[in-house]
Amino acid sequence: MPLRRWFAHAREHPGGTGFSSLIVTHDDWRSVMEDLRAAGGRLIALWASREAGVDHVRGVALAESRGLIASLPVQGDGEPSYPRLDDLFPAAARMQRAILDLSGLRASDADGRPWLRHSAWPAGYRPLVDAAAPAAGSAMLDRYDFVRVEGDGVHEIAVGPVHAGTIEPGHFRFSVVGEKVLRLEERLGYVHKGIEQRFTQLPILEAHRLAARVSGDSSVAYSWAYVQALEGLAGTEVPVRGLWLRALCLELERLANHLGDLGALGNDAGFSFGLIQFSRLKELLLRAQQQALGARYLMDAIVPGGVSYNLDALGSEGLRARIRAVACEVAKLRTTYDEHEGVRDRFMGAGTVSPELAVQLGLTGLAGRASGQPFDLRVDRPWAPYTELAPLKCGRTEGDVAARVAVRFDEVQESCRLLDEILTRMPAGPWQTVVELPRAGLLGAGLIEGWRGPVFVALETGEGGTIRRCHPHDPSWQNWPVLEHAVIGNIVPDFPLINKSFNLSYSGHDL
Amino acid sequence: MLKTLRQIASVGVVTEPPPDPEDSLRVREILQGKIRAVLGRALSIRHIDAGSCNGCELEIHALNNPLYNLEGLGMRFVASPRHADLLLVTGPVSRHMHAALVRTYEATPAPKLVVAIGDCGCTGGVFGENYANCGRISNVIPVDVAVPGCPPTPTRILAGILTAVTDSQAVHRGGRNGPKR
Repeated sequence: MPLRRWFAHAREHPGGTGFSSLIVTHDDWRSVMEDLRAAGGRLIALWASREAGVDHVRGVALAESRGLIASLPVQGDGEPSYPRLDDLFPAAARMQRAILDLSGLRASDADGRPWLRHSAWPAGYRPLVDAAAPAAGSAMLDRYDFVRVEGDGVHEIAVGPVHAGTIEPGHFRFSVVGEKVLRLEERLGYVHKGIEQRFTQLPILEAHRLAARVSGDSSVAYSWAYVQALEGLAGTEVPVRGLWLRALCLELERLANHLGDLGALGNDAGFSFGLIQFSRLKELLLRAQQQALGARYLMDAIVPGGVSYNLDALGSEGLRARIRAVACEVAKLRTTYDEHEGVRDRFMGAGTVSPELAVQLGLTGLAGRASGQPFDLRVDRPWAPYTELAPLKCGRTEGDVAARVAVRFDEVQESCRLLDEILTRMPAGPWQTVVELPRAGLLGAGLIEGWRGPVFVALETGEGGTIRRCHPHDPSWQNWPVLEHAVIGNIVPDFPLINKSFNLSYSGHDL
Repeated sequence: MLKTLRQIASVGVVTEPPPDPEDSLRVREILQGKIRAVLGRALSIRHIDAGSCNGCELEIHALNNPLYNLEGLGMRFVASPRHADLLLVTGPVSRHMHAALVRTYEATPAPKLVVAIGDCGCTGGVFGENYANCGRISNVIPVDVAVPGCPPTPTRILAGILTAVTDSQAVHRGGRNGPKR
């Protein structure tokens, strides 16, 4: 069935968030997803939720920049199951395992190994369904059957969860011959904190604080996606200045992350000059942010109805001067990186993801743009105030570390340009308004292009200002599996470099 | 005109002298001086993320930038807990990191110090305690100093490290009791 027929049956969400929702039957579940795939659609997220005592599996996909949320009621005694989606969208494989861990619903004929659940809670307990938590015991060491690679000279290297540097925990199991990586298998879930259960304990007008802390380097993106969902349901009209200040915060977050990554990538290639230069630029930017907005990290900037920080003329000028200086200095550093033989040797050809593989696996966000996947929500599906700005899409097709570095350099210049324009055109007026409590039993969604890629939040309202269900989705779910392919054929010492070139979120993934 | 001039003459010059620079405001430099004076030697720090959102890690990374220059003070991050004097721990403790955190603590030779970083490390933060989360770091291992903030600034983290090393009792105390359960 052509997509427009599915959209015609769907209910459009209020508030102009660009989503439509549809309840499907068991047979239609596969049909709608097949049609979405055939039309070049991309799966954003898959999660389960209990509505009026009935379990539902919900999948959201983007096709032609329109978002469709399909919900399937899952019934059945014994072990309730639903048709699998990972043959259509490979990224769904781990999402299905997580649904089984948290909600007890199984995808038929699909990989049913635990993913987010290690041994800290028992198999029968469903955190998002069952009321009583199991008795807390000491965590046992658990077994996870990694795929074994047989052959002459093949050996295994196990890395993590605690890593050598100051970095989040996760486990990587390499099968190597000499220095060359034959296979990488990841095991994540080490920083699973029960965030989705926690959301249901917080008032809906305060849970943006939890959203901002799902992934600390994407606080602005997450909190904006959350309030976008909430404000859509509540029918809030955010003051124009509030929207422009939100865009200011989002671009500052993008810029700070790119500066940090460009430095770290130089360091991982043995060029510590890069780390020192970029970390200095990032520090000066954060201090300018502190002066202008009042905080180095914008964890609490985005609030329901607007923003909590305002900008005065002095702050604006100080920030503008710092951003112009950053743009200037980064241009010089780019020349240094591009002309340095050692850096070029390490960056070029390492960790390559071809455009064909990127399409097949659904590589998204910045990493996708470096592998010929030209998707940027700020351009494809702009929301206010991006509807009045014209961001340029940055991309490459080589898909190696050098390409992901080049896209970051391009995006730094583009963000500096956008920030300058936002500061110039910043409208006057209030920057926050009151948000009414939305009715119970509603489903809303928000979608923001964070620095890594699309950040999605689904929000279901409960009675009296509570949250029935909140599902935050990190673009890292799509990209972590692709890393396993990107390292094949590379040498083990290049893994930190390749990993850093993706810089995926552990905490955002594990929830 | 005369009245105007008289008024001016009678009020006189009232400009106040500018404030004296306050050396006590030079927090970073004072800390650096103290660290040099007290330690007189290098400090090796092992960082562990027990469940953080990664915000605190960003400010810990900043300690190695040329403005804070942690290594210039003789402090560096080490890859193995067996080489560490001090454990810098972030995040609430996810149950899935419980074993790794305890093992890392036990692998660190005495005398050792533990500094908990961030609101989550101090109190469990916005995440609370639940089926997946043990809560504050002191629920799992003994903590000498807890530095609140979300995230705490690099200067506050430095102050926390200094506080841990200048508590002479903690420094000279030999082994420790086992971790709290």
